[in-house]
Amino acid sequence: MKAAEFDYIRADSVAAACAALAAAGPGEERKIIAGGQTLVPLMAMRLARPALLVDIDGIPGLDGIEARDSYVAIGAMTRQRAAELSPAVRDAVPLLARALRFVGHVQTRNRGTVGGSLVHGDPSAEIPLAAVALDAELEAEATGGKRTYAAASFFEGPMVTAIAPDECLVEARFPVWNGGRIGAGFQEVASRRGDFAIVAAAAQVALDGGGTCTRIAAALGGVAPGPVRIAALEDALAGTRLEDGAIDAALASVGGAIEPDDDLHATAAYRGRVAEVLLGRAIREARDEARA
Amino acid sequence: MTARDISLTVNGEIRRANVMPRMTLVDLLRDVLGLTGTHIGCEHGVCGACSILLDGVPVRSCLIFAVQADGHEVTTVEGLADGDGEIGDLQDAFWECHAMQCGYCTPGMLIAGHALLAENPAPDTGEIREAISGNLCRCTGYTQIVEAIALCAARRREGEG
Repeated sequence: MKAAEFDYIRADSVAAACAALAAAGPGEERKIIAGGQTLVPLMAMRLARPALLVDIDGIPGLDGIEARDSYVAIGAMTRQRAAELSPAVRDAVPLLARALRFVGHVQTRNRGTVGGSLVHGDPSAEIPLAAVALDAELEAEATGGKRTYAAASFFEGPMVTAIAPDECLVEARFPVWNGGRIGAGFQEVASRRGDFAIVAAAAQVALDGGGTCTRIAAALGGVAPGPVRIAALEDALAGTRLEDGAIDAALASVGGAIEPDDDLHATAAYRGRVAEVLLGRAIREARDEARA
Repeated sequence: MTARDISLTVNGEIRRANVMPRMTLVDLLRDVLGLTGTHIGCEHGVCGACSILLDGVPVRSCLIFAVQADGHEVTTVEGLADGDGEIGDLQDAFWECHAMQCGYCTPGMLIAGHALLAENPAPDTGEIREAISGNLCRCTGYTQIVEAIALCAARRREGEG
Protein backbone atom coordinates (compact mmCIF):
# COMPACT_ATOMS: atom_id res chain seq x y z
CA MET A 1 0.00 0.00 0.00
CA LYS A 2 2.70 2.47 -0.93
CA ALA A 3 2.38 4.91 -3.80
CA ALA A 4 4.62 4.40 -6.83
CA GLU A 5 7.42 6.89 -7.30
CA PHE A 6 6.57 10.37 -8.49
CA ASP A 7 8.01 13.85 -8.58
CA TYR A 8 6.52 16.71 -6.62
CA ILE A 9 6.38 20.44 -6.95
CA ARG A 10 4.62 23.13 -4.94
CA ALA A 11 2.91 25.73 -7.08
CA ASP A 12 2.82 29.27 -5.74
CA SER A 13 0.04 30.42 -8.07
CA VAL A 14 -2.76 28.92 -10.14
CA ALA A 15 -0.90 30.05 -13.26
CA ALA A 16 2.19 28.14 -12.16
CA ALA A 17 0.10 25.04 -11.40
CA CYS A 18 -1.54 25.21 -14.84
CA ALA A 19 1.82 25.71 -16.55
CA ALA A 20 3.18 22.62 -14.79
CA LEU A 21 0.17 20.58 -15.89
CA ALA A 22 0.44 21.85 -19.47
CA ALA A 23 4.11 20.87 -19.66
CA ALA A 24 3.32 17.14 -19.36
CA GLY A 25 5.13 15.03 -21.94
CA PRO A 26 3.32 12.55 -24.19
CA GLY A 27 1.63 9.89 -22.09
CA GLU A 28 2.87 11.48 -18.89
CA GLU A 29 0.24 11.98 -16.22
CA ARG A 30 0.52 15.05 -14.04
CA LYS A 31 -2.04 15.62 -11.34
CA ILE A 32 -2.93 18.30 -8.88
CA ILE A 33 -2.87 17.33 -5.22
CA ALA A 34 -5.02 19.45 -2.92
CA GLY A 35 -6.02 17.68 0.31
CA GLY A 36 -5.15 14.26 -1.11
CA GLN A 37 -7.93 12.42 0.71
CA THR A 38 -9.17 10.76 -2.48
CA LEU A 39 -5.97 10.84 -4.52
CA VAL A 40 -3.56 9.39 -1.94
CA PRO A 41 -5.64 6.22 -1.36
CA LEU A 42 -5.89 5.79 -5.15
CA MET A 43 -2.09 6.13 -5.35
CA ALA A 44 -1.55 3.77 -2.41
CA MET A 45 -3.62 1.16 -4.21
CA ARG A 46 -1.77 1.96 -7.45
CA LEU A 47 -5.05 2.84 -9.15
CA ALA A 48 -3.38 6.17 -9.91
CA ARG A 49 0.30 6.50 -10.83
CA PRO A 50 0.92 10.13 -11.73
CA ALA A 51 4.48 11.02 -12.72
CA LEU A 52 4.24 14.43 -11.10
CA LEU A 53 2.09 15.90 -8.35
CA VAL A 54 1.48 19.63 -8.39
CA ASP A 55 0.64 20.73 -4.84
CA ILE A 56 -1.80 23.66 -4.78
CA ASP A 57 -1.98 23.88 -0.97
CA GLY A 58 -0.89 27.34 0.06
CA ILE A 59 -1.66 29.16 -3.19
CA PRO A 60 -2.97 32.53 -1.98
CA GLY A 61 -6.67 33.10 -2.62
CA LEU A 62 -7.52 29.52 -3.51
CA ASP A 63 -9.31 28.83 -0.25
CA GLY A 64 -12.04 30.81 1.41
CA ILE A 65 -15.78 31.19 1.40
CA GLU A 66 -17.51 34.30 0.19
CA ALA A 67 -21.25 34.97 0.24
CA ARG A 68 -22.33 37.06 -2.73
CA ASP A 69 -25.87 38.04 -3.72
CA SER A 70 -26.96 35.04 -5.69
CA TYR A 71 -24.40 32.43 -4.68
CA VAL A 72 -21.80 31.36 -2.15
CA ALA A 73 -18.35 31.04 -3.73
CA ILE A 74 -16.12 28.36 -2.23
CA GLY A 75 -12.45 28.31 -3.20
CA ALA A 76 -11.35 24.94 -4.53
CA MET A 77 -8.74 24.50 -1.79
CA THR A 78 -11.24 25.17 1.03
CA ARG A 79 -11.15 22.31 3.52
CA GLN A 80 -14.38 20.39 3.82
CA ARG A 81 -14.36 20.98 7.56
CA ALA A 82 -14.09 24.75 7.06
CA ALA A 83 -17.08 24.69 4.72
CA GLU A 84 -19.01 22.50 7.15
CA LEU A 85 -18.47 24.99 9.98
CA SER A 86 -18.98 28.12 7.86
CA PRO A 87 -21.97 30.26 8.92
CA ALA A 88 -22.26 31.51 5.33
CA VAL A 89 -22.67 27.96 4.03
CA ARG A 90 -25.03 26.98 6.85
CA ASP A 91 -27.28 30.00 6.33
CA ALA A 92 -27.22 30.35 2.56
CA VAL A 93 -26.61 26.83 1.23
CA PRO A 94 -28.18 24.61 3.90
CA LEU A 95 -28.16 21.48 1.75
CA LEU A 96 -24.39 21.65 1.29
CA ALA A 97 -23.86 22.20 5.01
CA ARG A 98 -25.92 19.12 5.75
CA ALA A 99 -24.18 17.01 3.10
CA LEU A 100 -20.72 17.92 4.39
CA ARG A 101 -21.35 16.22 7.73
CA PHE A 102 -21.56 12.91 5.85
CA VAL A 103 -18.23 13.33 4.04
CA GLY A 104 -15.75 10.85 5.51
CA HIS A 105 -14.70 11.60 9.07
CA VAL A 106 -13.56 14.72 10.84
CA GLN A 107 -9.94 13.63 10.30
CA THR A 108 -10.44 13.45 6.52
CA ARG A 109 -12.62 16.59 6.38
CA ASN A 110 -9.86 18.54 8.10
CA ARG A 111 -7.63 17.77 5.16
CA GLY A 112 -9.94 17.01 2.21
CA THR A 113 -11.09 19.90 0.05
CA VAL A 114 -14.37 20.87 -1.55
CA GLY A 115 -12.67 21.13 -4.94
CA GLY A 116 -10.92 17.80 -4.67
CA SER A 117 -14.14 15.95 -4.00
CA LEU A 118 -15.76 17.65 -6.99
CA VAL A 119 -13.01 16.91 -9.53
CA HIS A 120 -12.71 13.25 -8.51
CA GLY A 121 -16.42 12.65 -9.01
CA ASP A 122 -16.96 9.52 -6.98
CA PRO A 123 -20.51 8.44 -7.90
CA SER A 124 -21.56 8.22 -4.26
CA ALA A 125 -19.73 11.29 -2.96
CA GLU A 126 -21.80 13.87 -1.11
CA ILE A 127 -20.37 17.17 -2.39
CA PRO A 128 -20.95 16.34 -6.08
CA LEU A 129 -24.50 15.31 -5.12
CA ALA A 130 -25.15 18.66 -3.46
CA ALA A 131 -23.59 20.45 -6.45
CA VAL A 132 -25.90 18.70 -8.90
CA ALA A 133 -28.96 19.18 -6.69
CA LEU A 134 -28.32 22.91 -6.41
CA ASP A 135 -27.05 23.56 -9.97
CA ALA A 136 -23.64 24.72 -8.80
CA GLU A 137 -21.18 26.28 -11.24
CA LEU A 138 -17.58 25.13 -11.27
CA GLU A 139 -14.89 27.47 -12.50
CA ALA A 140 -11.65 26.02 -13.81
CA GLU A 141 -8.51 27.73 -15.01
CA ALA A 142 -5.97 26.64 -17.60
CA THR A 143 -3.07 28.44 -19.23
CA GLY A 144 -5.39 29.52 -22.05
CA GLY A 145 -8.06 31.03 -19.81
CA LYS A 146 -11.02 30.24 -17.60
CA ARG A 147 -13.99 27.99 -18.19
CA THR A 148 -17.20 27.54 -16.21
CA TYR A 149 -18.82 24.13 -16.01
CA ALA A 150 -22.40 23.43 -14.97
CA ALA A 151 -22.51 20.74 -12.29
CA ALA A 152 -25.32 19.06 -14.24
CA SER A 153 -22.92 18.08 -17.04
CA PHE A 154 -19.63 17.92 -15.08
CA PHE A 155 -19.90 14.39 -13.67
CA GLU A 156 -19.48 12.14 -16.69
CA GLY A 157 -19.08 8.75 -15.04
CA PRO A 158 -17.59 6.98 -12.03
CA MET A 159 -14.45 8.98 -11.13
CA VAL A 160 -14.62 10.77 -14.49
CA THR A 161 -15.37 14.48 -14.69
CA ALA A 162 -15.31 17.02 -17.51
CA ILE A 163 -12.25 18.85 -16.19
CA ALA A 164 -9.33 18.72 -18.64
CA PRO A 165 -5.91 17.35 -17.62
CA ASP A 166 -4.38 20.84 -17.85
CA GLU A 167 -7.12 22.57 -15.85
CA CYS A 168 -7.21 23.52 -12.19
CA LEU A 169 -10.58 23.94 -10.49
CA VAL A 170 -10.49 27.29 -8.70
CA GLU A 171 -13.98 27.89 -7.36
CA ALA A 172 -17.37 26.27 -6.86
CA ARG A 173 -20.38 28.58 -6.80
CA PHE A 174 -23.47 27.31 -5.01
CA PRO A 175 -26.67 29.27 -5.76
CA VAL A 176 -28.44 30.89 -2.83
CA TRP A 177 -32.21 30.49 -2.73
CA ASN A 178 -33.76 33.81 -1.88
CA GLY A 179 -37.40 34.13 -0.89
CA GLY A 180 -39.54 31.89 1.25
CA ARG A 181 -38.54 29.60 4.05
CA ILE A 182 -35.77 27.22 3.06
CA GLY A 183 -35.16 23.75 4.43
CA ALA A 184 -32.71 20.99 3.53
CA GLY A 185 -32.54 17.24 4.04
CA PHE A 186 -29.74 14.77 3.50
CA GLN A 187 -29.96 11.03 4.07
CA GLU A 188 -27.61 8.18 3.35
CA VAL A 189 -26.97 4.52 3.93
CA ALA A 190 -23.34 3.40 4.25
CA SER A 191 -21.72 0.22 5.55
CA ARG A 192 -20.05 2.18 8.31
CA ARG A 193 -20.31 5.74 9.56
CA GLY A 194 -18.28 7.94 7.20
CA ASP A 195 -17.87 5.34 4.46
CA PHE A 196 -18.89 6.18 0.94
CA ALA A 197 -22.65 6.03 0.62
CA ILE A 198 -24.34 3.00 -0.88
CA VAL A 199 -27.19 5.41 -1.63
CA ALA A 200 -27.44 9.10 -0.70
CA ALA A 201 -30.42 11.43 -1.10
CA ALA A 202 -30.47 15.22 -1.06
CA ALA A 203 -33.37 17.67 -1.03
CA GLN A 204 -33.80 21.38 -0.57
CA VAL A 205 -37.20 23.06 -0.54
CA ALA A 206 -38.62 26.59 -0.33
CA LEU A 207 -42.06 27.18 1.17
CA ASP A 208 -44.09 30.38 0.87
CA GLY A 209 -45.92 31.95 3.82
CA GLY A 210 -48.87 29.62 3.33
CA GLY A 211 -46.73 26.47 3.32
CA THR A 212 -46.86 25.86 -0.42
CA CYS A 213 -43.67 24.57 -2.03
CA THR A 214 -42.40 27.18 -4.46
CA ARG A 215 -39.15 25.46 -5.29
CA ILE A 216 -37.67 22.00 -4.77
CA ALA A 217 -34.41 20.30 -5.70
CA ALA A 218 -34.11 16.55 -5.27
CA ALA A 219 -31.18 14.35 -6.25
CA LEU A 220 -29.72 10.92 -5.60
CA GLY A 221 -26.18 9.53 -5.42
CA GLY A 222 -24.92 5.96 -5.70
CA VAL A 223 -27.63 4.90 -8.14
CA ALA A 224 -26.11 6.00 -11.47
CA PRO A 225 -22.64 6.79 -12.88
CA GLY A 226 -22.98 10.26 -11.33
CA PRO A 227 -25.44 12.18 -9.16
CA VAL A 228 -28.92 12.42 -10.71
CA ARG A 229 -31.66 15.02 -10.35
CA ILE A 230 -35.16 13.58 -10.14
CA ALA A 231 -36.81 16.22 -12.31
CA ALA A 232 -40.21 14.54 -12.66
CA LEU A 233 -40.53 14.37 -8.87
CA GLU A 234 -39.54 18.02 -8.54
CA ASP A 235 -42.17 18.99 -11.13
CA ALA A 236 -44.82 16.92 -9.36
CA LEU A 237 -44.13 18.44 -5.94
CA ALA A 238 -43.67 22.11 -6.84
CA GLY A 239 -46.91 23.90 -6.05
CA THR A 240 -48.07 21.32 -3.50
CA ARG A 241 -47.95 21.68 0.28
CA LEU A 242 -45.59 18.67 0.43
CA GLU A 243 -48.10 16.50 2.24
CA ASP A 244 -46.85 12.97 2.93
CA GLY A 245 -49.29 11.56 0.37
CA ALA A 246 -48.04 13.85 -2.37
CA ILE A 247 -44.42 12.95 -1.58
CA ASP A 248 -45.15 9.23 -1.60
CA ALA A 249 -46.94 9.50 -4.94
CA ALA A 250 -44.14 11.53 -6.49
CA LEU A 251 -41.53 8.97 -5.41
CA ALA A 252 -42.92 6.64 -8.06
CA SER A 253 -40.89 8.59 -10.62
CA VAL A 254 -37.56 7.70 -8.95
CA GLY A 255 -37.30 4.26 -10.58
CA GLY A 256 -37.33 5.66 -14.11
CA ALA A 257 -34.65 8.25 -13.39
CA ILE A 258 -31.94 6.01 -11.92
CA GLU A 259 -29.78 3.16 -13.24
CA PRO A 260 -28.44 1.37 -10.17
CA ASP A 261 -25.86 -1.42 -10.51
CA ASP A 262 -25.12 -4.54 -8.51
CA ASP A 263 -21.80 -4.52 -6.71
CA LEU A 264 -20.06 -6.00 -3.70
CA HIS A 265 -22.00 -3.75 -1.31
CA ALA A 266 -25.58 -3.97 -2.56
CA THR A 267 -27.79 -5.25 -5.34
CA ALA A 268 -29.39 -2.95 -7.88
CA ALA A 269 -32.82 -3.84 -6.50
CA TYR A 270 -31.76 -2.87 -2.98
CA ARG A 271 -30.33 0.42 -4.21
CA GLY A 272 -33.52 1.22 -6.10
CA ARG A 273 -35.69 0.54 -3.08
CA VAL A 274 -33.45 2.44 -0.68
CA ALA A 275 -33.24 5.38 -3.10
CA GLU A 276 -37.01 5.88 -2.91
CA VAL A 277 -37.14 5.57 0.87
CA LEU A 278 -34.20 7.89 1.49
CA LEU A 279 -35.39 10.54 -0.94
CA GLY A 280 -38.77 10.52 0.77
CA ARG A 281 -37.08 11.01 4.13
CA ALA A 282 -34.83 13.77 2.76
CA ILE A 283 -37.80 15.69 1.35
CA ARG A 284 -39.72 15.37 4.62
CA GLU A 285 -36.64 16.47 6.57
CA ALA A 286 -36.32 19.52 4.31
CA ARG A 287 -40.02 20.30 4.55
CA ASP A 288 -40.09 20.02 8.34
CA GLU A 289 -37.07 22.31 8.62
CA ALA A 290 -38.70 24.88 6.35
CA ARG A 291 -41.94 24.72 8.33
CA ALA A 292 -40.20 25.10 11.69
CA MET B 1 12.63 11.12 -8.91
CA THR B 2 14.21 13.70 -6.70
CA ALA B 3 14.49 13.64 -2.95
CA ARG B 4 13.63 16.89 -1.20
CA ASP B 5 14.84 18.56 1.95
CA ILE B 6 11.98 19.29 4.31
CA SER B 7 11.69 20.90 7.71
CA LEU B 8 8.75 20.58 10.04
CA THR B 9 7.97 21.06 13.69
CA VAL B 10 7.25 17.78 15.46
CA ASN B 11 6.09 17.89 19.07
CA GLY B 12 7.62 21.33 19.41
CA GLU B 13 11.03 20.51 17.88
CA ILE B 14 12.19 21.47 14.42
CA ARG B 15 13.09 18.31 12.51
CA ARG B 16 14.74 18.13 9.11
CA ALA B 17 14.85 15.25 6.68
CA ASN B 18 15.65 14.41 3.08
CA VAL B 19 12.76 12.40 1.67
CA MET B 20 11.45 10.97 -1.58
CA PRO B 21 8.05 12.44 -2.50
CA ARG B 22 6.36 9.04 -2.19
CA MET B 23 7.18 8.74 1.53
CA THR B 24 4.07 9.20 3.65
CA LEU B 25 4.13 11.38 6.74
CA VAL B 26 3.56 8.37 9.00
CA ASP B 27 6.60 6.61 7.50
CA LEU B 28 8.65 9.75 8.08
CA LEU B 29 7.53 9.92 11.70
CA ARG B 30 8.19 6.25 12.44
CA ASP B 31 11.08 5.23 10.20
CA VAL B 32 13.08 8.45 9.91
CA LEU B 33 12.28 10.35 13.09
CA GLY B 34 11.91 7.27 15.30
CA LEU B 35 8.51 8.26 16.68
CA THR B 36 6.87 4.85 16.68
CA GLY B 37 3.97 5.85 18.89
CA THR B 38 1.89 6.57 15.79
CA HIS B 39 0.74 3.27 14.33
CA ILE B 40 0.20 2.21 10.74
CA GLY B 41 -2.89 0.16 9.98
CA CYS B 42 -4.54 0.19 6.58
CA GLU B 43 -2.36 2.73 4.77
CA HIS B 44 -5.30 4.04 2.78
CA GLY B 45 -7.18 6.23 5.19
CA VAL B 46 -9.79 3.87 6.61
CA CYS B 47 -8.63 2.75 10.06
CA GLY B 48 -7.44 5.93 11.79
CA ALA B 49 -4.52 4.25 13.62
CA CYS B 50 -2.10 6.82 12.14
CA SER B 51 -4.05 9.89 13.32
CA ILE B 52 -1.90 12.86 14.29
CA LEU B 53 -2.49 16.58 14.72
CA LEU B 54 -1.38 18.69 11.74
CA ASP B 55 -1.40 22.39 12.54
CA GLY B 56 -3.57 21.52 15.53
CA VAL B 57 -6.30 19.46 13.87
CA PRO B 58 -6.60 15.68 13.61
CA VAL B 59 -5.69 14.13 10.25
CA ARG B 60 -4.55 10.77 8.93
CA SER B 61 -0.80 10.71 8.46
CA CYS B 62 -0.98 7.86 5.91
CA LEU B 63 -2.93 10.18 3.58
CA ILE B 64 -0.31 12.92 3.58
CA PHE B 65 3.03 12.74 1.86
CA ALA B 66 5.88 13.96 4.05
CA VAL B 67 6.77 16.62 1.46
CA GLN B 68 3.31 18.14 1.90
CA ALA B 69 4.02 18.66 5.60
CA ASP B 70 7.12 20.75 4.89
CA GLY B 71 6.83 23.92 6.98
CA HIS B 72 3.92 22.62 9.05
CA GLU B 73 3.48 21.62 12.66
CA VAL B 74 2.84 18.03 13.75
CA THR B 75 1.83 16.63 17.13
CA THR B 76 2.00 12.87 17.60
CA VAL B 77 0.82 10.75 20.51
CA GLU B 78 4.28 11.26 22.06
CA GLY B 79 3.46 14.97 22.18
CA LEU B 80 0.30 14.48 24.24
CA ALA B 81 2.24 13.68 27.41
CA ASP B 82 4.16 16.25 29.37
CA GLY B 83 7.91 16.23 28.96
CA ASP B 84 8.45 14.63 32.37
CA GLY B 85 7.79 11.09 31.13
CA GLU B 86 4.43 10.84 32.86
CA ILE B 87 1.36 10.10 30.75
CA GLY B 88 -1.26 12.81 30.29
CA ASP B 89 -4.72 12.93 31.86
CA LEU B 90 -6.47 11.45 28.79
CA GLN B 91 -4.01 8.57 28.70
CA ASP B 92 -4.53 8.14 32.43
CA ALA B 93 -8.29 7.87 31.86
CA PHE B 94 -7.72 5.27 29.12
CA TRP B 95 -5.61 3.24 31.56
CA GLU B 96 -8.19 3.53 34.33
CA CYS B 97 -11.15 2.57 32.11
CA HIS B 98 -9.20 -0.23 30.45
CA ALA B 99 -9.85 1.50 27.16
CA MET B 100 -7.41 -0.69 25.25
CA GLN B 101 -6.83 -4.31 24.60
CA CYS B 102 -4.24 -4.91 21.91
CA GLY B 103 -3.34 -1.23 21.86
CA TYR B 104 -3.14 -0.91 18.10
CA CYS B 105 -5.80 1.78 17.75
CA THR B 106 -4.83 3.54 20.98
CA PRO B 107 -2.62 6.35 19.62
CA GLY B 108 -5.26 7.24 17.03
CA MET B 109 -8.02 7.10 19.63
CA LEU B 110 -6.00 9.36 21.94
CA ILE B 111 -5.46 11.89 19.15
CA ALA B 112 -9.17 11.80 18.25
CA GLY B 113 -10.18 12.19 21.89
CA HIS B 114 -7.65 14.94 22.49
CA ALA B 115 -8.90 16.90 19.45
CA LEU B 116 -12.52 16.50 20.53
CA LEU B 117 -11.88 17.77 24.07
CA ALA B 118 -9.90 20.72 22.74
CA GLU B 119 -12.97 22.04 20.93
CA ASN B 120 -15.73 20.60 23.12
CA PRO B 121 -14.96 20.29 26.86
CA ALA B 122 -18.31 18.66 27.64
CA PRO B 123 -19.13 16.19 24.84
CA ASP B 124 -22.10 13.85 25.21
CA THR B 125 -21.83 10.17 24.34
CA GLY B 126 -23.06 10.76 20.79
CA GLU B 127 -20.45 13.43 20.19
CA ILE B 128 -17.69 11.19 21.53
CA ARG B 129 -18.82 8.33 19.32
CA GLU B 130 -18.92 10.67 16.32
CA ALA B 131 -15.40 11.91 17.11
CA ILE B 132 -13.94 8.40 17.15
CA SER B 133 -16.10 7.10 14.29
CA GLY B 134 -13.10 7.30 11.97
CA ASN B 135 -10.98 5.08 14.22
CA LEU B 136 -11.30 1.31 14.10
CA CYS B 137 -10.76 -0.76 17.25
CA ARG B 138 -10.29 -4.31 16.02
CA CYS B 139 -10.85 -5.60 19.57
CA THR B 140 -14.23 -3.77 19.52
CA GLY B 141 -13.53 -2.15 22.88
CA TYR B 142 -15.39 1.03 21.99
CA THR B 143 -17.48 1.26 25.14
CA GLN B 144 -14.48 1.72 27.42
CA ILE B 145 -12.88 4.18 24.99
CA VAL B 146 -16.02 6.33 25.07
CA GLU B 147 -16.08 6.07 28.88
CA ALA B 148 -12.43 7.08 29.14
CA ILE B 149 -12.88 10.21 27.04
CA ALA B 150 -15.98 11.13 29.08
CA LEU B 151 -14.07 10.55 32.34
CA CYS B 152 -11.21 12.78 31.25
CA ALA B 153 -13.65 15.50 30.19
CA ALA B 154 -15.47 15.33 33.54
CA ARG B 155 -12.20 15.52 35.49
CA ARG B 156 -11.02 18.52 33.50
CA ARG B 157 -14.31 20.30 34.16
CA GLU B 158 -14.07 19.51 37.90
CA GLY B 159 -10.50 20.73 37.94
CA GLU B 160 -11.58 24.05 36.54
CA GLY B 161 -14.64 24.36 38.83
